Amino acid sequence: MNKGIVELHELLKSGKVTSEELVKESLKKAHEIQEKTNAFVTIIDEAEPVKVTDELLSGIPYGVKDNYSTKGILSTGSSNTLKNYVPFFTATSVENLEKKGAVAIGKTTLDEFGMGGTGTTAHTGIVRNPWDYNRMCAGSSSGSAASVAAGVYPYALGSDTGDSIRKPAAYCGIVGYKPTYGMISRYGLFPFASSLDHCGVLSRSVEDAAIVVDAMKGIDPKDMTTWDSKDIHLYETLKKEVKGKKLFYLKDVCDIENYPDANEELKEHLENFHKTLKKCEELGMTVEGVSMDEKLLNALPSVYVVISCAEATSNMSNLTGFIFGTRGEGKTYEEMMKDYRTKGFSPLIKRRFIIGSYVLQKENQEKYFKNAQRVRRLIVDQMKEFFQKYDGFIMPVGSGPAKLLEGQEDMIKSDTTILEEHLQIGNFGGFPSITIPNGFINDLPVGINITGNCYQDENILSIAYALENKMNYKGQTAPEVTK
Amino acid sequence: MKYNVTIGLEMHCEISNTKSKVFSMAKNSYSEIANSNISPVDMAFPGVLPTVNKECVRLSLMMSEILHCKQPEYMYFERKNYYYPDLPKGYQITQNTPPIPVGMDGYLDIEREDGSTFKVEIDNIHLEEDSASMNHLYDTSTLDYNRAGVPLLELVTKPCLHSADDAVAFLEYMRAIYQYCDISEADSKKGQIRCDVNVSISENEELGTKVEMKNVNSFSNVRDTINYEIKRQTELIQAGRKEEIVQETRRYDEESGTTVRMREKVDAIDYRYFVEPNIPKYKITKEWLEEIKKSIPELPYERKAKYIKEYNLSPYDAGILIKEKAIADYFEKCIQEKIEPKTAANWIITHILGFLYKKEISIEEFYLTPNHLFTITEAIKNGTISSKQGKELFQYTLELEKDPTVIMKEKHMLQISDETTLTSIIEEILNENQEQINMYHNGKTNMFDYFVGQVMKKTKGQANPVMVKEILTAKLKN
Repeated sequence: MNKGIVELHELLKSGKVTSEELVKESLKKAHEIQEKTNAFVTIIDEAEPVKVTDELLSGIPYGVKDNYSTKGILSTGSSNTLKNYVPFFTATSVENLEKKGAVAIGKTTLDEFGMGGTGTTAHTGIVRNPWDYNRMCAGSSSGSAASVAAGVYPYALGSDTGDSIRKPAAYCGIVGYKPTYGMISRYGLFPFASSLDHCGVLSRSVEDAAIVVDAMKGIDPKDMTTWDSKDIHLYETLKKEVKGKKLFYLKDVCDIENYPDANEELKEHLENFHKTLKKCEELGMTVEGVSMDEKLLNALPSVYVVISCAEATSNMSNLTGFIFGTRGEGKTYEEMMKDYRTKGFSPLIKRRFIIGSYVLQKENQEKYFKNAQRVRRLIVDQMKEFFQKYDGFIMPVGSGPAKLLEGQEDMIKSDTTILEEHLQIGNFGGFPSITIPNGFINDLPVGINITGNCYQDENILSIAYALENKMNYKGQTAPEVTK
Repeated sequence: MKYNVTIGLEMHCEISNTKSKVFSMAKNSYSEIANSNISPVDMAFPGVLPTVNKECVRLSLMMSEILHCKQPEYMYFERKNYYYPDLPKGYQITQNTPPIPVGMDGYLDIEREDGSTFKVEIDNIHLEEDSASMNHLYDTSTLDYNRAGVPLLELVTKPCLHSADDAVAFLEYMRAIYQYCDISEADSKKGQIRCDVNVSISENEELGTKVEMKNVNSFSNVRDTINYEIKRQTELIQAGRKEEIVQETRRYDEESGTTVRMREKVDAIDYRYFVEPNIPKYKITKEWLEEIKKSIPELPYERKAKYIKEYNLSPYDAGILIKEKAIADYFEKCIQEKIEPKTAANWIITHILGFLYKKEISIEEFYLTPNHLFTITEAIKNGTISSKQGKELFQYTLELEKDPTVIMKEKHMLQISDETTLTSIIEEILNENQEQINMYHNGKTNMFDYFVGQVMKKTKGQANPVMVKEILTAKLKN
């Protein structure tokens, strides 16, 4: 199960292995890692093998983040509010994969409704990193990242509102890709913040990510924000020439000189990043460091919080326990609803709801929500200006490898906020964005991210593909489980 | 002392003539069976998304044009956030902030029954979704999601009306427009029309305190509500208790014919509006607007003018005929059947409308077709039957639900118009009444009617009265 999709497909086609064997093996591995990582909300033991066709994905198991609606299969969003919710319809993107013969074998754990970046807020408990069980996977696609890294299957679906695919991918040493906004239908994805939410995939190679998104994408009459991408062929165009492509990065943010109190991890991380840039140059690409208005950069986290919380508050107003979910107790409908929501949501989510409500209030809306939207526009415009000149935006993911779940002493006194949060730019603009592993620090994987202009998915993936081939991390799985 | 009355209206009208709902693919149809026309979108299951029904947008823009409104450059929607059991998403998709609504700053000229006109200023008209319907029982409430997501047009007037009659005249005309444009059945019995009414009164030119009455569900209730509020507020001012008129929301209580307080300070709820992110904004092109403009059908006042000019109807009669499109259509079919317009109008106004009202049915459920009416009016015109028989035939047709031609035969309702037959009957009667003839010749001219009566009696009313009179006159001269 630690092989890539194309290889598995060839084995299936040649009859050296059957879909049944793959499903069995995948389920077995899922159970093996469950105890140690808690990657799954549901392991679908009744998953059926599928007839192998010419479709690359046919007969091959995969995982689905538990905020995708799956017909007849528990879909909780890792929230107590939906702990017993079994939908009667399937998300469009999952349906698209089913049509190609893909076999879902598990629903993976996430930060409650995707609203977290640690993998510690699921109603079923903390998700642990297979590279080191004392460390987090980041989030919110924590279970998907853990299970793919552990070699349960070649890929799992994720969703990404701030960095929820791309950061866990880095922490788990795998690939995480969210395509341009609207390329994959969001119908059936439990919403967090609709204008920032993206569907995507976590895999162990750029090639696999391309194959999966080719299958997931497509215009959907049920999602008005989707667009026709039938002329985009990610897998077929992976080997496009990258020579002459121009990349840029934020010079000041990636300069170790600007972190006087940096710890070893950060030093190594940035050093490693610059080594990777060298590799890009060896591939015939040019890389330039640019500066961006510090005010805009510093506004990133607050813009994200204001917009995402505002939309989330409204999006999750349907969770009342009346139509679905376990009905709360009380004499009036208000009491029942209050009971349901008070007991169902974790404190973190409630905090976000309050922020969201606050920034939308009449007297605050102009100052917070509308301003956040304006700054978002400024940031996106600035990026689009860069994309006039450059093909891709390359940056290190986070400030180092996966953090400890407990006792993470923040040794860094310098402010690493921008390093930690810059992936949100990809959500502000709906840009295609992919994380690939680019090395190790203390035996823990770290990642690099490439983001491009909207609709430039083929270009971004071909750059990532070329760079991946220049390094030795393609297809890697966490050592503990492969033993 | 007389006070200045100012009235503003909010009229909600469901768009009933689209196939699907405004943001979901569920059927847009009124159904007595609860929860039969629903989709996961209407019930806000996790992960569903709204999709805009373009036909609803087209019809909204058509209304916007008819109301002489300004249209937005881009079409988009907003969320109005609040919790209520009839609102599954916890927000309603609507249009609030200018310049989003499909129509802004328009007007409509309304004709009163006496022929005078007045202008109604339109603040805005916008497209939104309806909520589920709730039924409150003794110790429980039930929810029917059929109505959730049904397209709704909300029209808001400026506070520019000054009497209950004008308000109702405006609403009636609006209802007619909705029907004429095939946008809505506009049937208040099906809850397709609901109104909010604002009333304020003042001793001077400035506006008084606005009192709002929510969910008034029929036009006669709108009239009663307004008149009651004017009376209530006037009495409070006259009693020196003006401070008791506060800005509040009241409801109309049909049983007592009064308004009752619901809640104070209507502006206290903050709906935290923001743009619906799942519906990308899209440009409304000039070409599309032009196309929509061209597709506006003949409007009620245009028909009224036509009836007056081409058919010589009185403005009053024309006004009655156009009030409901189905009635006006019936009238026009009568004319196609070659019934003389005035005759058709008289029959509809004096007989048909009364019958429909009494039986509480619509013209669609009415058995007697324009073709049937032609048979009846033609028979009267030809003298085959008398006009009295005509009315009887009309009743028989409705009672027996049979073709009037058949009924005329079965009931032997043919008028006697044969001169020889009539002459012999008249001669017979004159022979029997020599004394009365003498009285007639001695100046008692009213004896003439006595002879007519005798003829009718003998022929069981089937004699052609015009001919009877002619023959009698001739005979009595001799």
